[in-house]
Parts: sequence; structure tokens; C-alpha cells
Amino acid sequence: MTSRMEKAEQLRAIAQERILVKDGPYGSMIQTYKLDEAGYRGGRSFDYDQKGNNDLLNLTRPDVVSEICNAYIDAGADILATNTFNANAISLSDYGIAGMAREINMAAARLTRACADAATAKNPDKPRFVAGALGPTNKTLSVSPNVNDPGYRAVSFDEMKGVYREQVEGLLDGGVDFILIETVFDTLNAKAAIVAVDEAGEARDEEIPVMVSMTLTDLAGRNLSGQTVEAFWHSVRHARPLTMGLNCSFGATELHPYVNALNPQVDSLLCIYPNAGLPNELGAYDEPPEMTAKLVRGWAENGWLNVVGGCCGTTPAHIKAIAEAVKGVKPRRWHALPPALRLSGMEAASFF
Amino acid sequence: MTEQRATFINIGERTNVTGSAKFKKLILEGDYAAALEVARQQVESGAQIIDVNMDEGLLDAEKAMDTFLKLIASEPDIAKVPVMIDSSKWSVIEAGLKCVAGKSIVNSISMKEGVEPFIAQARKVRRYGAAVVVMAFDEKGQADTKERKVEICCRAYDILVNKVGFPAEDIIFDPNIFAVATGIEEHNNYGVDFIEATREIKRRCPGAKVSGGVSNLSFAFRGNEPVRKAMHSVFLYHAIQAGMDMGIVNAGQLEVYDQIPQELRDACEDVILNRRPDATERLLELAPKYKGTGEVAGTQDAEWRSWPVAKRLEHALVKGIDQYVVADTEEARQQIARPIEVIEGPLMAGMNVVGDLFGAGKMFLPQVVKSARVMKKAVAHLLPYIEAEKTEGAKAKGRIVMATVKGDVHDIGKNIVGVVLQCNNFEVIDLGVMVPFQEILKSANDNKADIIGLSGLITPSLDEMVTVAEEMTRQNFKVPLLIGGATTSKVHTALRIAPRYHGTTVHVLDASRAVGVCSALVSESGDQAQEFAARVAAEYEAIRIERAGGGKEKLVPLAQARANAFKIDWSAYTPPKPAVSGVRVFAEYPLHELVERIDWTPFFRAWELAGTYPEILDDKVVGQSARKLHADARKMLERIVREKWLTAKGVAAFWPCRREGDDVVLFEDETFSKEISRLYFLRQQIEKRAPRANMCLADFISPKADWIGGFAVTAGHGIEAHLARFKADSDDYSEILLKALADRLAEAFSERLHERVRKTLWGYAPDEALSNDELIREKYRGIRPAPGYPACPDHSQKPELFRLLNAGQNAGMSLTESFAMLPTAAVSGYYFAHPEAQYFGVARIGRDQVEDYARRRGIPVEQAEKYLRANIGY
Repeated sequence: MTSRMEKAEQLRAIAQERILVKDGPYGSMIQTYKLDEAGYRGGRSFDYDQKGNNDLLNLTRPDVVSEICNAYIDAGADILATNTFNANAISLSDYGIAGMAREINMAAARLTRACADAATAKNPDKPRFVAGALGPTNKTLSVSPNVNDPGYRAVSFDEMKGVYREQVEGLLDGGVDFILIETVFDTLNAKAAIVAVDEAGEARDEEIPVMVSMTLTDLAGRNLSGQTVEAFWHSVRHARPLTMGLNCSFGATELHPYVNALNPQVDSLLCIYPNAGLPNELGAYDEPPEMTAKLVRGWAENGWLNVVGGCCGTTPAHIKAIAEAVKGVKPRRWHALPPALRLSGMEAASFF
Repeated sequence: MTEQRATFINIGERTNVTGSAKFKKLILEGDYAAALEVARQQVESGAQIIDVNMDEGLLDAEKAMDTFLKLIASEPDIAKVPVMIDSSKWSVIEAGLKCVAGKSIVNSISMKEGVEPFIAQARKVRRYGAAVVVMAFDEKGQADTKERKVEICCRAYDILVNKVGFPAEDIIFDPNIFAVATGIEEHNNYGVDFIEATREIKRRCPGAKVSGGVSNLSFAFRGNEPVRKAMHSVFLYHAIQAGMDMGIVNAGQLEVYDQIPQELRDACEDVILNRRPDATERLLELAPKYKGTGEVAGTQDAEWRSWPVAKRLEHALVKGIDQYVVADTEEARQQIARPIEVIEGPLMAGMNVVGDLFGAGKMFLPQVVKSARVMKKAVAHLLPYIEAEKTEGAKAKGRIVMATVKGDVHDIGKNIVGVVLQCNNFEVIDLGVMVPFQEILKSANDNKADIIGLSGLITPSLDEMVTVAEEMTRQNFKVPLLIGGATTSKVHTALRIAPRYHGTTVHVLDASRAVGVCSALVSESGDQAQEFAARVAAEYEAIRIERAGGGKEKLVPLAQARANAFKIDWSAYTPPKPAVSGVRVFAEYPLHELVERIDWTPFFRAWELAGTYPEILDDKVVGQSARKLHADARKMLERIVREKWLTAKGVAAFWPCRREGDDVVLFEDETFSKEISRLYFLRQQIEKRAPRANMCLADFISPKADWIGGFAVTAGHGIEAHLARFKADSDDYSEILLKALADRLAEAFSERLHERVRKTLWGYAPDEALSNDELIREKYRGIRPAPGYPACPDHSQKPELFRLLNAGQNAGMSLTESFAMLPTAAVSGYYFAHPEAQYFGVARIGRDQVEDYARRRGIPVEQAEKYLRANIGY
């Protein structure tokens, strides 16, 4: 079997030649199946209602998850993320199934692996990669949920690390190529995930490539921890991420200045997957695929992209349009950064 | 984002229970709210990093560290800066690492318990994503001598970099500052040991930084703050020159080195540098005298001192005399009903006289800047009274937010514009240098700016200005955008910037025009502003039409240009072999040798005084101004040299090379077997009439075997402390003067070094004998073109030159993301020795060459276009 680092090298080599495409989201696609409670349970029994527990479907409706994955493969995605955004013990406890985290992650990894390998076998010139997705959980390590007690935290760093470790083990056992730490609104959560991946790798005596993707929580370009994109990059750069980038928060229009800001700072592959614009007053996204593709093409032409995909509101049609829009556009290159002591608080500080 | 210069980094020390009794008391009492205030004050008073230490026997240090860091996380004013997690206990450090979202510094780990735990801790620090301070401590104990310090640090460096894979730039050594003047003889050399060890560690551990806790040094003088402060300043003055990068200090309480009374400074220097056996006794004898001293200043009255106060203020403003202005302002304040009226009355009246004289060409920029200094001091005195009254400040004509754009560090011109605008009653919010567009636009919004002004000196800044213009459009700004700085031009503004901004964009040539432009743009009658904007828009449109309609010299295809290269008969030429090999480092070039090499003409130009030196001194119009400025500059130069305000550092090297097409390939040695680098040059493509050639710098290098040189010099080390002192004193005049002089010294250094290269280092012109004037007129053999300037206009070639020269280690120089050099007063370039080598401008080039260049360098065409933007002719 090819090692994960070799897979990372393979991806880097392709990225020299062209812009790679990442898939889109699972959530909105799952909605189109209009599954009811029985549909989510898929014949299993549970103590609590499972309707809306999309991560459970990896176990109960692998056909649905595979179908969505294949739709993204057909649309031209090179990198397929697992359907595990909430498959961590913290988020799953909302459905009373915290204990199933490892099982769900392993199943998700296996079925995404199977879809990807089948596609690669069909067309070996376009190898597909599997990224095991870690979401942010619904708890924060750097912000107090209680405004009257700013020193309080609902979870500890070690607890968070343990939750991520469990998820990572499941994903690795299921055969993912990389770990994708995505939609990071709390930097300290992401750092706990990085430590978890690092420790898992140490236990397995292998180096595990990570992809890191930050999300912004306000239009001033900061995440919930208060960090700017550059400060965030300094906080996670030690993980030597295979890709670093931004996802979710906004559409391509609003993300524009922050992609521009990251571009000269990031000395690894830059990966951006925006939403399909901003949600309308009903919370739905109506930016058509051509529009998203056009905006993304502009970035590609600026030389800003190595990997691009879609987040909330995007569909296989969006991914297909994006893949076509960036086809033939040269991928981003970068220069080695001058040596400096690069630190950060909420803002980045570089001491040359 | 803050980009820091290559100068001393202040780490706030007040949030340290071992260093601050007040902080310790607050933490022990559990008063975290007040403890947070201590942290906030640290950041406000300029700490770039805050040190947090909870090592106290009565405390649960892990708990206290956890609590305090979590509280900081919700205070953006504090949490904007990185944290230094300081403890002698690993468990406390790890507790801290679990609380910080940013990238922090661990202080410290060491080999005290052996190599294994050291490696294990270093791995964990790396895993949590922090930088690390390594103390010079091993199994045998804490290092006290220079040799031990160096040995331990080099060993730790080797382990961290080669075994652990720790990035060198994330390593900071603390070679231990110990108390001196303790009366114990063995302690006498501790200061020297630290300073000398620092020098050696910086040399042998490239990329790493050196830090230290400064207050230990003066432990023997507890209770005598003035002496302690003086000792710290003297110590830092020497340690920073040796390469110390950062220190845990109380930034607000440092004495300015050259303001320490001479006898005290000498006594401190004797102790710290261990210059005489009785140094300790002498400092002890002197110490009581300075314990809580005040100083008496002598005064000298002149006739104008007997005039009425308003008249005196006017005189002081026009003449730029700041000696009595605070006293006079106070006198006026007591006579006049409200403090604001002092500004609106006599002070503004005085400044109006200044403005009129300047407008009429009877006063020149240097004097206006001095007047502004006086005005600032007067206003600073009145501000507390005005605030106490809580009334509105004098209504300014308009508010302008200005900044040197991201990636650029040059600000002399911008500062001059700022001063002149302030003199003319504009409110100026100066955001400083290297300011990203987010901050500029945020400040403009927050302050409801009437105008935004951008400045930059290097060509990549032009691109950044385009980015700001685009963002202003995207964010629907309406206010006028002013563009200024040495590389900017009306044509560039019209062609590249104005079309990207839907509001008014105006290029401002110099400070004297800035007032007119700003006044027109904010004029009370909107019509006048609109009329002015329309006129500028029409003028720029005309420029665009003219440019689009050709009328420019024709470009020839690259192949044709290459065929018309500058021809040298190489068969008749033996390239001279440089007399010295390897890299030549000049760690502290004597400044006095540079003073006589100064080319004064550009100095006067920086102050907008037109003319050639020395004739300018006798010029009918500006002569008097120029003489006064020249005298002030001379006076300051004398102090710069005598008191070593600045340190000149430089590096030069030569490499065997040969030409390949338009590239010059550098080799390790004269066997020409191992290629070490490749320099990519550009060729003129404008159609030339015979016999003129389409030149390229590579034409001056032999295709068989030749030599090329490179250099980087700076005269800017040490400038920050003095600039900060002038700034604190509201003394724009001295600040700008010092910057301009440092620039001149750097240029003089490059001139002097080139001379030495020709005469001895390369040695191809040993008998050259030219006067300074002839040198300035470049009458010698060989050239030294600089990347970013006309013959090789691509600034992005600088990193490679810096790498070849190891300019970071060898001269303490670095580059910003836009390839501006730090320190700012710096010059770098290549040496060409061929007698026919000459300067030229590449000027406009075609798409074929840009594509060819991108291919040669292995970069995308878009990137090449970005680098060559100013030269693109399509």
C-alpha cells in the first residue's frame, strides 16, 4: 500500500501541473433525499431520535452517502472528503450516540475509499484522494460560553484532543489518505486536532498529512478566536499542512480579500472552498453554478489557487462548473518565505 | 498584521510574579481584573510580546497560568500580541500551551536534566506549535563564561535543528544575564561574557535569536532606580550591537543611552564592559548622587524674550525655537479664557505666518518641519487642559489617513507631507509603515477620514496601491485617494491606479503640492472640490488616451533585441581575478570614513530644496535654508559618529561566473563544475538605431569564464532607539533628519565599499585616484547596479542576492514581503568589472520577454508580470 506521505507527494506533484478540485458538502445533498426518522435509522434501533444525524448515514444508508460521493467524482473532484463533519463524540452526543464515533468514522472512510478507488481504477490518470474530515465540534476551547465568566470553558484541551483522537483513529483505520481539519472557527480546537493527529501518527510510526481550513466568523476577516487569517496561519504552520486555506463563512465575493491576504503568506498548497454566495432570507443559497465558477476562475487567473471546491449550498453541478472553469489555468506558485520568527496573538507578528 | 523591523523586540515583564511585586500581590489576592489591566498597560506602552510567569511558592502555578491566559483570550487589546509562557516548571508551561490560540514562545527549556528530557520537551513544544527559549544550562550547571554559553547553545542548536527538526528561526537562546558590580571579582566579566557570547552564538547558529532578562544585571543596585535604568540602557546598547534580538524589559522605564549623564554613563560602561579593576567602587561612589536626582538647565535670554507672549509664540514658530514654547504656551493659557483659544488664537496665527511664508517661497521645508515641532509641543502641553474641558478640538480643515503600504518601509517623504499638512491645519492620522489595506480602510472608516493618502518607495508598492484602490471600490469608499512616493508617478497613477478606484485618485508630486491638493479636495464649497476632481479626472483620461494611442518607441521582438546585444571583444580581455575570495563581512564599518563620502545633492532633494551641492549653499533663493539645514545635518552627523548612534554593517563577495544567454550563472569555484546560482537579467527592447545596442547586464559578462560580485550594506542598525526618542519628543525635524542622514550614510558606504572593491578587494584598479566629486560622477571602471533599479528592475531578485551573501547573518539585513530592505537605510547590488560596463534603463519590455523570463526563472507568467509591472510595455 502506498503510504500517506507518498500520497501527499503524489498530490503535490499533480498540483505542480494543475489546479485540483475538492468536492462539495454532504448536508444539503442529503436533504434532497428527504429521509424520515426510519430513513435515518435504516432498520437499526436507537434510544433517541436520529432524524438529521447525517453522519449516522455512513452506517445506516451507505448507499446514499456513496451516491453523493460518486456524484462529486463524476463532477470532477480529485479530493473527496468523508461525510464525518459531526462524527465526533461531542457532536454525536446530541443524538445520544457518542459511543459510536469510531465505528461511524471507519465506515465513512471505507465507503469513500471504495468510491475513490473505483474511480481511480477506471481512470488511473486521475487519481482520487480521500480526506478524513474533522469538523470544529460545537464546543470552543478559546471562548467562554458564559459571558459573565470569561475564564470558563465548557471543555478542556485534553478532552478535545481525546475526542479528535478517537475520530482520527477511525478515519485512519478506514483508509483515508489525509486528515482534513476544516471549518476552523476556534484555533485552539484546531490545535488540539493537530496534536491528536500527531500523536496518532507517532503511535502508528507514520507521518500523517493534514489539510487545514479556517473559517471566518465576521466580515472583518477574523475567526471566533479573534484571529486574522495571517495570525491563524502562524498558529497552524507548525503542522506543515499539505494544504492551508479557507472554507465556508461566505461566498467567493466576500472571501476575496482574505484569499488575497493569505496568498503571499502561505508556503504550502492553498485550498479554498467557498459557499454558494450568502444565504437568502430563508437560509437557502441561490448562487447558480456559473456564478460561483466565474468568481473562482477570477482567483485562479490571479494565480491564487492550488485546490478549489465548494462548501454550503454548492452541489455537484457547482463542482462541475468550478472544475471546468479552472481547467487549463496555471496553478498557484509560491516563494520561500524569508526566515523570521513568526508568532501570533490575535494578530500576526513576524520578527525578522 | 504587524511586521516588525529587524530591531530590538520588547517583551513586557510586568505580568511576571517573580519580577513585579504588584502583579504578584494581585494574583495572590485573586484580583484577576486588575491583573489584566497590568497586561493591557504593557501592550499599550509598546510591549510586542507579553511574558506571563506564575512561578510563586504560594500559588498553584498551573492553575494561575491557565486562568490568566484564558482571561486574556477574551481581551482583544491584550490578546492581539503573542504570549511568552514563562516558567521553570514544564507542567506549568504545558498547561499554558493548552490555553493559547496564537503561536506563543515557551520560556524556557534547557539541558539541565540532560539531553533526553530536553528533546522530549522540544518535541512537545513543536507539537503545540510554539517557538522556544533555550537557556544556556546543562547537566554541569548554568553557563557563566562566554565559552560555556557558546558551547551549550551551539550544542542545543545542533540537537534541535538536526535531531528534533525544530525550525532555526523558532529558536531563541537565553545565554544568562547575571548581576555585575556585586563586589565579587568573578562577577566582573559577566556583562562582557554575555555580550561576546551573543556575538558568537548569532554567528554560529544562523536563524536563531538571542534574548535575556535584563533586570538581573543591576541586582546590586536595588533601590536606586536611576542607576539601574542607566545600567540597563548601557548594557542593551552594547548587547544589541552584538546581536541581542529581544529582552524582557520594562520598556517604559529605559533611559535613552545618550541622555544618561556622561559621568554616570562612563561609570556604567566601565562596569558592564569590565574596563577597569576599580569600576565597581567608582559606580558605587557615584550612585548616591543619582538617587532621585533632578537636573537644572541653563537658560540664555535674548531680546525677543521681552516681547508680549503672542508675539513670542509667533517668533518661536517662525524661527522653529522650541526652547521656551511650553512656558510661553502656559503663560498664554493663563491669560486666555479657554485653552482651545490659545491654539485658535496666537498659535494658529503664528502657523499662518509660517504657511504664508512657505506658500510665498520664503520659507523652506526644513524650517517648516522645525516650526511644526514647536507647534506640536505647544499643542501637547494644552491637550490635557482641553480634554479636561471636554470641548471639541479646533475644527480642522480635513482629516487625512495616511500610510506607507504593506511591504514597504520607507517613510521620509510621507512624514514630511504629514508635517506640512498639519502645519496647514489638517488633522493627520499617520498609520506608519507596512500597513495592510484592511487597517488603512478600517482607520479611514473609524475616523471618518476625508482623504486617504498612500505612500511607497519601491516598485512592488505600486501593486499594493492598486490593491488598496480595488478594495476601496469593493467597499464602496467615496473619499479621494492620494498617491505619493518616489516610484509613483502621474502616469502610473492615471494608467494603473485611478481606473481601479471609482472615486477621485490624485498623484501628489511633493509635500508643497499636497496642501493645495488637499485643500481643494475638502473645500467647503463642494463645487470647488468637484471641479478639481473633474479636472484631475480629465487630465488622467488624456494621459490614458495618449498612452493607448501609441506615440511610444516601438518594441522589437526579443530575438531581434538579443541579436543587437552590446558586443564586447572577449578574446582581447582577461577577466581580473578578485584578490580576496569568499564572503567579506564588515561588522562595524567606521562611520567617520563614510561621512566624507556623502553625496549631499540627494539629501537636499529629500527636503525639496532644488540644486546641486555645493552650489546650493550659495543659491540666491534657497541658499540660506540649505546652509542652515546643512549645518544641522553636520551637527547631527558628528553626534551620530561620536556617540555611535548608528552601526554600519556590510557584506561583499565575488563568484566565478559566465554568461548564458541573458542569465549569469554563478559557480562554486573556478573549475566551473558546480552551479550555485543564476542571476536573470532583462534586455532593452525599445527599437534602437545603430550603433546603439539593446543592452542587458549579462552582456558585460564573458560567456567563457568571468567574475561577478555582490554586496549589501546598511547604516541603519541602531536607528530605532533614536527615532523613538525624537518621536516621544514630538521632534519631527530631527526624526526626518536622522532618517535622511542614515540613507546618505548607506549610500556613502556603498560608494566607499565599491572603491575598496576596485582598489583592493577585487583589485582591478589599484592605482585609481579620484576625488569624491569624481566618484559621485561615476568616473571609475565598473558598475554596481541594484536589483529594483533601472538596469535590473526586478526587486524579487534580492532574496537570492541576500542568500548568496548571507546578508541576514552577515549584515543583520532582511527583506519584507515586497523586497524592501531592513534596516531601511540600505543598498544592495552586483559588481561588474568590465571597463565598458555601464548603467542603462531596461525600460519597457514585451510579452515575449516576460514569458521568456518566467520560463527561465521557473515562475508563472502572472508572477513575472507582477514583478515586472513597472516595465511591462503591453
